[in-house]
Amino acid sequence: MKKLIAAAVVAAASVGLVTAASAGTLDNVKAKGQVVCGANPGTAGFGVPDQKGNWTGLDVDYCRAIAAAIFNDPTKVKFVPLSSKDRFTALASGEVDVLIRNSTWTMSRETTLGIIWAGVNFYDGQGFMVNKKLNVKSAKELNGASICVQQGTTTELNLADYFRSNKMDYKVVTFGTSEEALKAYDSGRCDSYTTDRSGLAADRLSMAKPDDHIILPEVISKEPLGPVVRQGDDQWLNLVKWVHYALLTTEELGINSKNIDEKVKAEDPEVKRVLGTEGKFGESLGLSNAWVVQIVKGVGNYEELFERNVGPNTPLQLARSSNALWSKGGLQYAPPIR
Amino acid sequence: MSVDIGGRPSEAKVVFYNDPRIRSLFFQLLLLGLIVALFWFAYDNTVANLRKRNIAQGFAFWDVEAGFDISQTLISYSAASSYGRAFWVGLLNTMLVSLVSIFFATILGVIIGILRLSRNWLVAKLATVYVEIFRNVPLLLILYFWYRGVLGLLPEPRDSIKLPADIFLNTRGLLMPKPVFAEAFVYPLIAFVSTVILGAVLFWWARRVQARTGQRPKAGLFSTSMIIGLPLIVFFLSGSPLSFDVPVQGRFNASGGMTLPPEFVSLVIGLTTYTAAFIAENVRAGIIAISKGQTEAAQALGLSHGQTIRLVIMPQALRVIVPLLNSEYLSLTKNSSLGVSIGYPDLVNVFTGTVLNQTGQAVEMVSVTMLVYLTLSLLTSAFMNWFNRRVALVER
Repeated sequence: MKKLIAAAVVAAASVGLVTAASAGTLDNVKAKGQVVCGANPGTAGFGVPDQKGNWTGLDVDYCRAIAAAIFNDPTKVKFVPLSSKDRFTALASGEVDVLIRNSTWTMSRETTLGIIWAGVNFYDGQGFMVNKKLNVKSAKELNGASICVQQGTTTELNLADYFRSNKMDYKVVTFGTSEEALKAYDSGRCDSYTTDRSGLAADRLSMAKPDDHIILPEVISKEPLGPVVRQGDDQWLNLVKWVHYALLTTEELGINSKNIDEKVKAEDPEVKRVLGTEGKFGESLGLSNAWVVQIVKGVGNYEELFERNVGPNTPLQLARSSNALWSKGGLQYAPPIR
Repeated sequence: MSVDIGGRPSEAKVVFYNDPRIRSLFFQLLLLGLIVALFWFAYDNTVANLRKRNIAQGFAFWDVEAGFDISQTLISYSAASSYGRAFWVGLLNTMLVSLVSIFFATILGVIIGILRLSRNWLVAKLATVYVEIFRNVPLLLILYFWYRGVLGLLPEPRDSIKLPADIFLNTRGLLMPKPVFAEAFVYPLIAFVSTVILGAVLFWWARRVQARTGQRPKAGLFSTSMIIGLPLIVFFLSGSPLSFDVPVQGRFNASGGMTLPPEFVSLVIGLTTYTAAFIAENVRAGIIAISKGQTEAAQALGLSHGQTIRLVIMPQALRVIVPLLNSEYLSLTKNSSLGVSIGYPDLVNVFTGTVLNQTGQAVEMVSVTMLVYLTLSLLTSAFMNWFNRRVALVER
């Protein structure tokens, strides 16, 4: 009997905990002293730990930017590596505060999973990787091919759509994680491996002989990737959204980590508003008014993040293309801070 | 409370709350009530929390188009099929791989278990080494070993190993000609079935004669030639109604024919080799449990070593082995869910993996999957209990 009562209490308590994890994410984060981010377990350029456990990548730097905005210290973060399969459950259950992990924004995810996207930090599209010796130049030639794919992604669905709409035949081999799918492709189990093109560029580098593989020119889907938060906490959603916009706005205004100290003294009203020397924009988010200064000093602006992690001078060698600012022909556009 | 010392307590004088029967009934009802309340609370809380978080609930997704493909399907399935259809595809794949693995694991396990008791030192030690290796290595590693370490080393499709009869072996699996049955194939099939029935009747008759006279009529050769011969004659008379769809080398891989995918083969080999080690130990335990006197008595009667095992030891050992086999079969079925790590589309891979991810309804998916494994396990147990009663020694 005692055991039963104990079991009942434990069960009730564990269900109760789930209830407690909702609303007030910012207060929880401040109380914990760190931002817990759902991260990619290993995609070069977006989120990958090195031998010493230091994480690098565009997505993990976004997490640091949020920490810098809240604590004025980009190191107050904790990264939880999540597989594609587990990521949304981890976010919805409160295990992580924000999910920044190459996650594609889709309608069904936002309407049925209880989560919401705060923006798009990388515009991507799905592509195919093949071995050079197959002499394939286009995805249209893949009729009859075996294709390795990771489970729990939009990739699986786009793949089926693409072959269906082009009336081509293929054999899919589905794996639980991207590492397993990539290994199977590398060992010759499949003719092609498919995922987002930025992921392909990163995965190609992790293969035994990267130069043996090429990425086909076709982009078969729209993959807007960005930070995700739980529904029902608008304050936290606003915070994550405006950290993203602050990174874009600072690039647009030419404010970066090298000239930030001079820019703080600038007389331009827009720069003054952004950097908090005029207005109370930070306070309205529950932060200090110098929040943008803290972000830029902590991690830099969007351009710096891009160049440092995925840009032409990194192993990934990705061009800005769709991810250039709207003023330079790209899609990255931030509403005004005013 | 008054009790007659030296006599039985008078029932009429016991207060109702001290009556042991009422007490035990009360506490049992209380326990039942608490358990029901606990489950109801857990259910209600889950539903309320999911609703609060705007997470979809219910089974409306079941008929929605799935939109993804599955590599191995026993029933017709395409990306245009429903999530419900995908569930059945996954379930059938789980059942297929479990049944095939149980079949091979039992054979291999019995052989190795007997070999471990062999009087040949080398054979017994080799069997011991096998058991120790496969019993002490995690199944996941064994699966990786077969999938990546053995089948992964097969040549690529362009350099396929060409076996006789248009069979190809490469990293994509074993490609074989697929038999295509014409309608007239039903005639040789009827001939085959009827000769098999006739053969069984002959066998039964021969046993009756042997029991009566001690002489067994020689019907074996006649039955065999009849079972093979007659259907063959009918087959050719009805115009050879069987052709083969032969795999043809294409740009990426041979197309046509039928393929035995490496994921399925690795999973079957992995589950078989792993579970066989446990079954071998059960078989050994069952045999050792039979006292040595039985063997000596059988030898005194002039039975050979093989006959001793087949006719005296095994029938008694089965009493010990069968209940243990049951739990090995249950573990094997549940272990088949590790196939997700080598890309085998079983129930966990398809339903708790892809479907869960596309719909996000973890509670429903996991509940259904648990219910499925529970049902499979109960069915296996029911079958094994029935079998156990059949082989149980009839005590006189």
